Amino acid sequence: MGTENTSYVQFKDIQKSYDGETLVIKGLNLDVACGEFLTLLGPSGSGKTTCLMMLAGFETATHGEIILDSQAINNVPPHHRDIGMVFQNYALFPHMTVAENLAFPLQVRKIEKTEITRRVQNALEMVQLGQFGNRMPGQLSGGQQQRVAVARALVFEPKLVLMDEPLGALDKQLREQMQYEIKHLHEQLGITIVYVTHDQTEALTMSNRIAVFNDGVIQQLAPPDVLYEKPENAFVAQFIGENNRLLGTLTETTDDTSCSVRLDSGEVIKALPINIGKTGDRSQISLRPERVFINTTAENCTNQVRGAVEELIYHGDHIRARINVCGHDDFIVKVPNSASHSLMQTGESVTLGWQVEDCRALDDLA
Amino acid sequence: MKSALQQLLPKLVLAPTTLILVVCVYGFIGWTALLSFTKSRMMPQWDFIGLDQYIKLFDNPRWMVALENLGAFCFFFILICLLLGVVLAIFLDQKIRSEGALRTIYLYPMAVSFIVTGTAWKWILNPGLGIEKLIREIGFQSFEFRWLIDSEMAIYTIVIAAVWQSSGFVMAIFLAGLRGVDESLINAAEIDGAPHYKIYTRVVLPILRPVFFSAIVILLHIAIKSFDLVQSLTGGGPGYSSDMPANFMYTHAFNRAQMGLGAASAMVMLFGILAVIVPYLYSELREKNG
Repeated sequence: MGTENTSYVQFKDIQKSYDGETLVIKGLNLDVACGEFLTLLGPSGSGKTTCLMMLAGFETATHGEIILDSQAINNVPPHHRDIGMVFQNYALFPHMTVAENLAFPLQVRKIEKTEITRRVQNALEMVQLGQFGNRMPGQLSGGQQQRVAVARALVFEPKLVLMDEPLGALDKQLREQMQYEIKHLHEQLGITIVYVTHDQTEALTMSNRIAVFNDGVIQQLAPPDVLYEKPENAFVAQFIGENNRLLGTLTETTDDTSCSVRLDSGEVIKALPINIGKTGDRSQISLRPERVFINTTAENCTNQVRGAVEELIYHGDHIRARINVCGHDDFIVKVPNSASHSLMQTGESVTLGWQVEDCRALDDLA
Repeated sequence: MKSALQQLLPKLVLAPTTLILVVCVYGFIGWTALLSFTKSRMMPQWDFIGLDQYIKLFDNPRWMVALENLGAFCFFFILICLLLGVVLAIFLDQKIRSEGALRTIYLYPMAVSFIVTGTAWKWILNPGLGIEKLIREIGFQSFEFRWLIDSEMAIYTIVIAAVWQSSGFVMAIFLAGLRGVDESLINAAEIDGAPHYKIYTRVVLPILRPVFFSAIVILLHIAIKSFDLVQSLTGGGPGYSSDMPANFMYTHAFNRAQMGLGAASAMVMLFGILAVIVPYLYSELREKNG
């Protein structure tokens, strides 16, 4: 992972407990490189927001050290950390105009008046709100308010900006637009961003790297494509993207590229051994819906099983087929919208096939 | 039949209250207004003399002293209550231990009637019994604290007692207000680089402007109505130096057989209170409807 000289933020052995009994963060080690866009992704209660709040200084770590720009900041109060932050509910000061909101971080830093005016105008133009300086926050739409909040976090030119589910309150279309805007700002300004979200699409779209949190532990830390295509454990496979899982028992490990799992319904599947125990242990086979072939296209696949079509849902560019396979009736297959799908009918029996390298044998969550 | 009764029932239930309210509050306000235009002395009499009683009232030095006292009392009472209340609320808001107990202690004077407050403070401020005697017994023989018997300062003893009683209440209002301020606003101000005191002066207190407004209106009408505290603490004395309008009204209407003059002073007080309450209610209602 990041070497000493490139990491800008470091979490070293961080533990956090609110009540002195249960740990919400368990021995966290995380390096954020300078200029990186790192997302903390996880379900609610997984510890991702606690992590961010410790970095901001609103929570103190029970154990361990947080290092920012090669300085331990455990005892530095938030207002001396020089970190920008965007909150989920915008947190704009309702009694100040947009321009006054942006000027606030500069005024408390005792920056000269003309300089403040210049920087506020620059920041407003950066988020395409050049004309809105005199409005009150209440007169802006949600998207505009969030732009102001982003501008306020950037106006004092911090090197590190934290974002706590900043797009959670926006509708889908606006959210997607803002995702790109924030991504572009990140590229333009070269700042380091630590971003918290529970929305995996958002995380995949925006980040350089994603840390997937569950139960106070980082399950996997990797770039988006690696996370999606090579999940290291059952939780990540399940949480990122859509995933089919088949449960069984490990019967044989041939080598590093192949192992055999006997499913509970009797079929034997050859899979990539990723996170497995010894022969006889329980294992979960993880398989992306778009990597499954149907009927004639399945003929060349190593793994082939029979299943019955339970449900077909039309999605325009593809058809989602829910198929009863090997005792699981929630097996999803994405069939591209080409001529082949017209052959499928609900209730019909089909052959499904997939390659060894597309299905990963992981630990068993249950 | 049944539905007719159902329609009537709410009106029937409300009728006694409405009747009592109309007669005993608004009826007697009207009665007082009428009396204020008459020559009534000991008993009501119906010789109408126009605004003579009002002219007499504002020629009366005792009434003018009462008005001046009211002005001074309102100013200092409200100012000190607000200051103490805001400061106490901010201190209590620092996530301290046993906040609940402290809150109760500060709020508790509110549960005591002004009569009790007045009596207690009469003893505390009495030079022969209270603070002055205590400090002299400790050894500071030249110590003097005799505002209670000083006609220039007596009104301020009422301020002291009233502040003691009401500042906890102001604290409670502000504490509720502080708790209502979105925590992420405070966090945002903090991470923007504002030191602790600036978060309050620049962000929190400006957001609490409506709370200031409510507190001032509540304190102002307590101040204008204040009667029992004066009666029990100074009795308006020495002389009439700490009289307030309500005491003036009571003394003239019931003790000095000047019912017409008393009624006129009561009407002036009523309009004083209306001048405060009506704009407040108007703005409150407009906010609710708009």
